[in-house]
Amino acid sequence: MQQSADDIKDHARLFKTPEYQKLFENKSKFECPHTKEEVEKQSEYIDSWEYREKNLARTALTINPAKACQPLGALFAAVGFEKTLAFNHGSQGCTAYFRSHLARHFKEPCAAVSTSMTEDAAVFGGMNNLIDGLANAYTVYKPEVIAVSTTCIAEVIGDDLAAFIQNARAKGSVPEDFPIVTAHTPSFVGSHIVGYDAMVKGMLTMFWEGKERVPNEKINIIPGFDGYAVGNNRELKRMLGEFGIEATILSDVSDVFDTPTDGHYRMFEGGTPIAAVKDAVNAKATIGMQKYCSDKCLEFAASKGQQVASFHYPLGVGATDEFLMKLSEISGKPIPASLEKERGRLIDAMADSSAWLHGKTYAIFGDPDFVYAMARFVMELGGEPIHLVSTNGGKEWAKGVEELLKTSPYGAKAKVWPGKDLWAMRSLLATERTDYVIGSTYGKLFEKDLGIPIIRLTFPIFDRHHHHRFPVWGYTGAIRVMVTILDKILDKLDADTMESGISFDMVR
Amino acid sequence: MDAEAKESRKQLVADVLSGYPEKTAKKRGKHINVYEDGDSDCGVKSNIKSIPGVMTVRGCAYAGAKGVVWGPIKDMVHISHGPVGCGQYSWGQRRNYVSGGKMGVNSWVVMQITSDFQEKDIVFGGDKKLDKVINEVEEMFPLNRGISVMSECPVGLIGDDIEAVAKRKSKEIGKPVAPVRCEGFRGVSQSLGHHVANDVMRDWLVDPAAGKTPNFEPGPYDVLLIGDYNIGGDGWASRMLLEEMGLNIVGQWSGDASVAEIENGSKAKMVLIHCYRSMNYICRHLEEKYGIPWLEFNFFGPTRIAMSLRAIAEKFDDKIKEGAERVIAKYQPMADAVVAKYKPRLEGKKAMLYVGGLRPRHVSDAYADLGMEVTATGYEFAHADDYQRTTHYIKDGTLVYDDASEYELERFAQGIKPDLVCSGIKEKYGTQKLGFPFRQLHSWDYSGPYHGYDGFAVFARDMDLAVNNPVWKMIKAPWKPAEPAEPAKPAEEAAE
Repeated sequence: MQQSADDIKDHARLFKTPEYQKLFENKSKFECPHTKEEVEKQSEYIDSWEYREKNLARTALTINPAKACQPLGALFAAVGFEKTLAFNHGSQGCTAYFRSHLARHFKEPCAAVSTSMTEDAAVFGGMNNLIDGLANAYTVYKPEVIAVSTTCIAEVIGDDLAAFIQNARAKGSVPEDFPIVTAHTPSFVGSHIVGYDAMVKGMLTMFWEGKERVPNEKINIIPGFDGYAVGNNRELKRMLGEFGIEATILSDVSDVFDTPTDGHYRMFEGGTPIAAVKDAVNAKATIGMQKYCSDKCLEFAASKGQQVASFHYPLGVGATDEFLMKLSEISGKPIPASLEKERGRLIDAMADSSAWLHGKTYAIFGDPDFVYAMARFVMELGGEPIHLVSTNGGKEWAKGVEELLKTSPYGAKAKVWPGKDLWAMRSLLATERTDYVIGSTYGKLFEKDLGIPIIRLTFPIFDRHHHHRFPVWGYTGAIRVMVTILDKILDKLDADTMESGISFDMVR
Repeated sequence: MDAEAKESRKQLVADVLSGYPEKTAKKRGKHINVYEDGDSDCGVKSNIKSIPGVMTVRGCAYAGAKGVVWGPIKDMVHISHGPVGCGQYSWGQRRNYVSGGKMGVNSWVVMQITSDFQEKDIVFGGDKKLDKVINEVEEMFPLNRGISVMSECPVGLIGDDIEAVAKRKSKEIGKPVAPVRCEGFRGVSQSLGHHVANDVMRDWLVDPAAGKTPNFEPGPYDVLLIGDYNIGGDGWASRMLLEEMGLNIVGQWSGDASVAEIENGSKAKMVLIHCYRSMNYICRHLEEKYGIPWLEFNFFGPTRIAMSLRAIAEKFDDKIKEGAERVIAKYQPMADAVVAKYKPRLEGKKAMLYVGGLRPRHVSDAYADLGMEVTATGYEFAHADDYQRTTHYIKDGTLVYDDASEYELERFAQGIKPDLVCSGIKEKYGTQKLGFPFRQLHSWDYSGPYHGYDGFAVFARDMDLAVNNPVWKMIKAPWKPAEPAEPAKPAEEAAE
C-alpha cells in the first residue's frame, strides 16, 4: 500500500513507490514511445558540437528565452509610484499573467486592472472598454494616478490612447484633471526592460512636461526592472542617507512588494510620492542604475538640463566604487567614512573566502545589465566567466561586455552571446561546461539536464523564497552575493565528498 | 442556514455592490447570489464578458487552450505563436507532471517554445516565420510526434492563415501540425480556449487516427480517462484506482498524455471525464461520431470516490463491479485513518472557494469528509450547466459568485470570515495579509496529488497545515487592542 495516514506521501515521494513505478510501466505501453536506442542517440546528439552549431544558427525559433514582454516592465514601474493603479489596455489574460508572474516571484499580491478587450473590441476598437474601465477602476480602487500601458491587441489595431482618454474624461469616467499616464508597450518590440523605461518616461512626461526647471541639489535615481528591488532600493536609500544626499527614487517598489501581514490588505502602499515626481524635474541629475532600463528616461532628463549617468546594475567592488564616486561628484559631498568602512568589510570577506572562489568558472544569463554586473563581480572574486547570455541584450551591450572582459585576465575565456536563448545556452554548456550557472529559476533546467548547479541571483526566482528582501547592491549587497555563491560551492563540495568521507571537512 | 443569516449575506452582497458605479453594480449583481435550497440553479449569470477595470481574475483563451488542454501533451512541441510574453508567463507554471521522457529529446512540456514575434512579423505577417519555425523544430527536436501552433492575440488580428501553413507542413513532415486559434481576445475567458482546443484535437488528432489499427489489444474494459491534467500527479492517483478495479486506460487526456493516447480516442468503449468544463466538447463528439458513452465522476474525497467507483462499475460487468468493491475495501481503511487524524482538527471550519473548472463544486464533499463546510464558492469561467451541477453539492445559504473581481473577493472574505480561503496565486498573498489561511486550488499550492484515495490523504494534510498553522495566531501584535468585528468596508475607507 503506497499511501498511509501515518506517513502521508505527496508527489515528491508517492510516485517513487513500486506501485506507481508499475503504473508508469503499464502506461508506457499505450504511449508508443520511441525505442530506448533512438532516445539515447538523440540524447547524445543534443550534447554534441554539431548540434550546437545548428542550435546557434536558428533564426526563427526561440526556445526557453530569458526575457518577458514590455507591459510586464511597465506594470512593475507603474506600481512603484504612490497610489498609482497599473491599468493594461488590451486582453485580460495578459494582465492575469503579469500579476501571477510578479506574485510568484515576490510572494506578494500584485494589483493591476485590464480593459478586458474581446472580439468586438478587436473589430471596433477598445474605446468603450477604456471609458468603462477607467470609470470602474477609479470608483472601485480610488487611485490617485492611473498608469495605462498597452498589450498586443491595442497596439496591433492601433487604438488612439490620447483621444480615448480625452473621451473618457468628457464622459466623466474620471475628473477632468485626474492624472492618467500612458506608455505604449507593444510586446513584439523589445522586452520588459524597454517597457519599464517607457512607463517611467510616461510618468516623467506627465508630471514634467511644460514645467520650468528650477534647479536644486537633489538627485533622481531610476532603479530599473529588478527582482531584488525590495532589498536593493532600501539599501540604496540607506547609502544615500549616509551621504546626506536628498534623492528621489523614480519608481520605488520596495514597500509595494513588501507589505505586512497584520489583518489588512494594502493595495496601495509606499511608492514614490507624486509630489516628489513633480519636484524631480528640478533635480541636479538623474541616474539610471540599469542603462537598458532607463535610456529614454535619461534622454528626457538631459533635455530638461539635468546631468545624467547610467550604470549596469552596480554590484561588487569596482561598480559600487564608481557609483559612489559619481554620487560624490554630482553632489559635491565626500564619500562617507561609514561606506568606506563597509567597503573594507567587503574586501575583508573576499580575502577570507578567496581560496574557495578562485578559478571557478561560470555561465551567466539574465537581463543585459545584470549579466554585465555579475561578470564583473565574478572576475573580482577571481572567477572566470565563460558564457555570457542575454536574450534581450543587443550588439551594443555585447560590445560593452567585451570591453569589460578585456580589463581582466579572468575574462580571457569568456564569450558574449547577445540575443541567444537558454536552449542555445544549453548547447554552450554541454560542449563547454562551467562549474556553475548564475541566473534565474529557469537555470535549474541546466542543473537537471547537465548537472551544473544553478545559483539563483536574478529575476524570476519562483522556486526559492524571500531572496528579494536582501540587497545585492552596494558593498553590503556584494557580501550577500558572494555568500550565496560560496554556499553553493561549499554545499557541492560537501555533497561530493559525503560518500567517501574523505575531504568531508569540519573546517573549510 | 437560518433566515437571518441569509439576510445578512444578502446585505453583504448589496454593500459590496454599492462600491461600484451604478451600471457596473447592476451588471455584477446578476453574477452573485445567496443560494436557496431547492433552486434548480445557482441563480447567477455566467459566461459573459468581464467588466473592464474591475480586476477580474480570469485569463484568456490561450491560457485555456495552451495552458490547460494542449500544453500537457508530452511528446508534442507546442509553439506559442506570437510575442514572447504568453509563453513566458505560462512556462512551467501548471505542474502537469509527465512520466518518462527526457526534456528536449522526447518530452517538451517544461519548455517555452515560441516564434517570438517582432515588429516585422506584425507588419509583414507571421506565416513565413511559422513555416521556418516548424523547420527548426524538426531540426532541433526530430523525435517530436507532432506540433501544435497556439496562436496569440496578434496572429488573429493580422490575418495570418496558420491553418494553411499547418496543413502544408503536416504533409511535409508527416506528422500532425495542429493550428489552435486561441487568441486571447476570443471569447470571454479561458473557457473558449478549452472549446477551441477540443475542436482542434478532434479534427487534427482524434478523427484522422480513427482508421488506424489500435496500438493495444482491444477489450471490453478499454476506457479513456479525460479532463485530468495531472496537476501534482492527480491523473496517476486516479488511474491507479481505475486500473485496480480492472479497467484498461487506453488514453489519459491530457495530463501525461502522448499523441498515441489521443489517437486512441475513437477506440475506447467508455469515456470517464473528471473536468467537465474543459473537455465535455470532445465527449459529445466521441458519443455522436463513435457511439462511445461518457460518464462524469468525482475523485475528491472518499465519499465521492466510492460513489464514483460504483457508478463507473455500474456501466460494466460483474468483474468490474467486484473490482470496484475490492478497491473501496482496500483503500477505505486508509481514508478512515486520514479522517480520524484530521477531522478533529478541521471539524466545523468554513472554506471559501473561488476557482475554475470543476473544483468549485467537486471538492465540496472532500471538505465535508473532513468535517468542513464550503460556505461560499464560485467559478472564473463556468457556464450555466456548471452552476446547475453545483446545486448537487452546495448547501442552503451558500454565497455563489461568478467571475468575481478581486475587490469582491476581498470584501466577501472580510464579511464571511471563513477559516480557509482557496483560490489562485493572484489571490493568495492579499488574502493571507487579511489574516486568512489560504491554499491555491489551481496548482495545489505546489503539493498534490489531490485526486483519488492517495490524493485525499495529501489534501487532508494540506488543509490542516494551512488552517492550523501557528502563524495565523500571531497576526495581531499583543499590545494592540482587540478590534471590533468589521463590516465589509466600502472602498473609500479601505483605501485610506
